[in-house]
Amino acid sequence: MAAINITNVSKIYSGGVEAVKSVSIDIADGEFIVLVGPSGCGKSTLLRMVAGLEAISKGTVEIGDRVINDVEPAERDIAMVFQNYALYPHMTVYNNLAYGLKNRGTPKAEIEARVAEAARMLEIEQYLTRKPRALSGGQRQRVAMGRAIVRKPAAFLFDEPLSNLDAKLRVSMRGEIKQLQKRLGTTSLYVTHDQLEAMTLADRLVVLNGGQIEQIGRPLDVYHTPASIFVASFIGSPAMNLLRGTREGNLLHFGSQVLDLGRAAAFPGQITVGIRAEDLRIATSGEQALTLKVEYIEELGAQRLVHGMIDGKKLTASLSPEIEIDETMALTIAPERLHFFDADTGKRLDQPFAGAESGRMSAPANVIKLETAL
Amino acid sequence: MHRTKLFDHVILMMGVFFMVGPLLVALMTSSHEAADIHRNGLQILPGGHFIDTYTTVLTKQGGFTGKITGLRMMMNSLILGIGFAAGKIILSMLAAYALVYFRFRFATITFWMIFTTLLLPLEVRILPSYEVMNTLKLTNTYTGLIVPLLASATGTFYFRQFFKSIPDELLEAARIDGAGPFKFFIDVIVPLSKTMIAAIFIIMFVYGWNQYLWPTLMTTDESFFTLVRGIKQILLVWVGSNIPDYNEAFALAILAMVPPVMIVMIFQRWFIKGLTESDK
Repeated sequence: MAAINITNVSKIYSGGVEAVKSVSIDIADGEFIVLVGPSGCGKSTLLRMVAGLEAISKGTVEIGDRVINDVEPAERDIAMVFQNYALYPHMTVYNNLAYGLKNRGTPKAEIEARVAEAARMLEIEQYLTRKPRALSGGQRQRVAMGRAIVRKPAAFLFDEPLSNLDAKLRVSMRGEIKQLQKRLGTTSLYVTHDQLEAMTLADRLVVLNGGQIEQIGRPLDVYHTPASIFVASFIGSPAMNLLRGTREGNLLHFGSQVLDLGRAAAFPGQITVGIRAEDLRIATSGEQALTLKVEYIEELGAQRLVHGMIDGKKLTASLSPEIEIDETMALTIAPERLHFFDADTGKRLDQPFAGAESGRMSAPANVIKLETAL
Repeated sequence: MHRTKLFDHVILMMGVFFMVGPLLVALMTSSHEAADIHRNGLQILPGGHFIDTYTTVLTKQGGFTGKITGLRMMMNSLILGIGFAAGKIILSMLAAYALVYFRFRFATITFWMIFTTLLLPLEVRILPSYEVMNTLKLTNTYTGLIVPLLASATGTFYFRQFFKSIPDELLEAARIDGAGPFKFFIDVIVPLSKTMIAAIFIIMFVYGWNQYLWPTLMTTDESFFTLVRGIKQILLVWVGSNIPDYNEAFALAILAMVPPVMIVMIFQRWFIKGLTESDK
C-alpha cells in the first residue's frame, strides 16, 4: 500500500496531440480516486501512464515515494482490472489468478494460499477449475479482480471494469468493489465515464475534460459546488439546468422571466445560472416564480422529471409524483441554491450570499458520516 | 429445418462416386497381378494378390541400386512432411509474432515483402535455391530437402491475422503479470494458437508430403527417395519386354495417401475450429 503522486504529467502523441495536459493529483494511501469524464478526455491515458502501458511524456508519477516513470509495469507494484476482463482464455481460473505470482517466483504453497484467500473473498471457489469461457460476465470480472487481489499490490487500477456488465449486475458489482477496497485498504485509481459510478465509488473524484482537471473533490462537494459549467452539466442526473441570465439589482432576468434574489449580489450582469432539477419547487401563490411550459414527463417512480421550456430555454424539474402537472407550472427556487458561473470562462463564481453556505455544506458532511458507517 | 430431399441425396452420391470411385479402382487394381492388369486394364473387383503385393511393396528392396524399400520411402516422406510442417509453423509463428508485437522500422514494408512472395511459386526460385544448397553441400540430406522450403508467406500471413485478433489487453495484462516477450509467446500466444497450428499443420504436411519437383532435384541417392518419387520410379522400368509393376505402383499410390488422410482425420476437429473460431 502506498500513496501515488502524479505531478505535472502530460501525454503528447507523436502527431503533437496532447491527450493529457499537465495533470497533478496527490492520492493518499488507501484512498479511492475515480477519474471521470466524457470519452476522449484522457482519463484512460492517464491511468495507462500510471500502469506503465503508456510512456509518460512529461512530469513524474511516484508510487510510494519511488518515481516509476521508467519502471516496467510488472515492477511498479500495481494490478489492473480491464474493461474486457483480459483473462487468459486457455488457462483455468486458478491459473489465471496464479500466473502473475508464478512469474514472480512466489513459492507454490504461498500461491495456493493466496489464490484460495482471494477466491473465498470473491466467492469464486467453485469455479477455480473452469476456463473463463464457461463463466458469466460478472464471474469473469470477479476473476479479473481476483487476479489483482492475489498480487497484494500497492495500488489497484481499474479501467472501466463494469462497462461490459448489464445494468443490474453493474450496481451490485459496484457495491462489492467499494466494500472490497475498504476492506483491503488498497489505494485505488478507477476510470469511468459513468458519473453515477463515480459518485458512488469515490472517496474523491477527479473530473477531467480535454486532458485537463476540471475539479477534484469529494463526490458531494463536487455535486453541490461544481467548479465549472462542465462539471455542473456532467455530474448529476438529470444534468443541472444551465440558463443564461442577466442580473439587475436584486433581480435575475431570464428573458422575460424574473427571479428575485432577495439581496444584491456582487457579480457581473451577464451570468450563467445553474439550477439542480431537485431544487426547483412549486411556487406558492403570490411568490415570484418562473413559468414552465411543460413539454413532457419522465416517470421515475419516486420522482417525476418534468421537462419544459422557460422563455424558449429547456428546463428540467424533479418533482414529487403527488404534484399535479398542468400545462404551465409556476416554479421557484431558494436563491442560495442557485449556482452562478461566469458567462465567458464557465468558471464558478463564489457564492455571493454570506451565511447561505453553511446550511448547504452541512448536508454532505452528514451523508459522509452515513457512508463510513456502512 | 431444411428437409432432405431425394435430389440432395443424388448430389451427395454423385460426389461420393466421383471422389471415392477412382480410389476404389486403384485399390482393387492393386490386388491383381501386373500381367493381368496389362492385359485387362483397370479392375473394380478384388483380385487375390492383395497381401503379397503390399508386402512386396513395403519390404522388397528395389530401385536402381536395389537398396530401397517402400517402408524407407514412406519414412522419408514422413520426415519431409513433418519436418516441413513443423519448421514452417515455428518459423512463420516467430515471424508473425515479431511483425505484430514489436514495433520496428519498416515492419509494414517487411510484411508486404513477405506477402508478395505468396505470389511466387517454388518453381520460380528453384534453380538459385538448388545452387545455394549445392554450394553448401546439402544435396542428398534431409536438411537440404526441408530447409529451403521453410520460409512460408502463407503461414506468416495466417498467423499475423490471427495474432492481430488477440485483444491487446491480454498483452497488457501479461506485462503487468510480469511476463516478458518470450514468456508471453510461450505461455499465451502458443496455447491460444493451438487450433490455428493444427490447421496450418495439416495444410503444410500435405503440401510437403506431395512435394515432387524439389526432392527430385535435391536427391540422387535413392535412400532419400520419397513415396511420390517411388511411384514414378516403378513405372520407369518399361524396358524391352518388361511389364511395369502396375500393381505395385497402385499399391504405392494407395499407401502414399494413407498418412495425409490420417493426419486430416486426427486433426480435423481442431482444423475446423482453427479456420472458423472467433471466440478468444
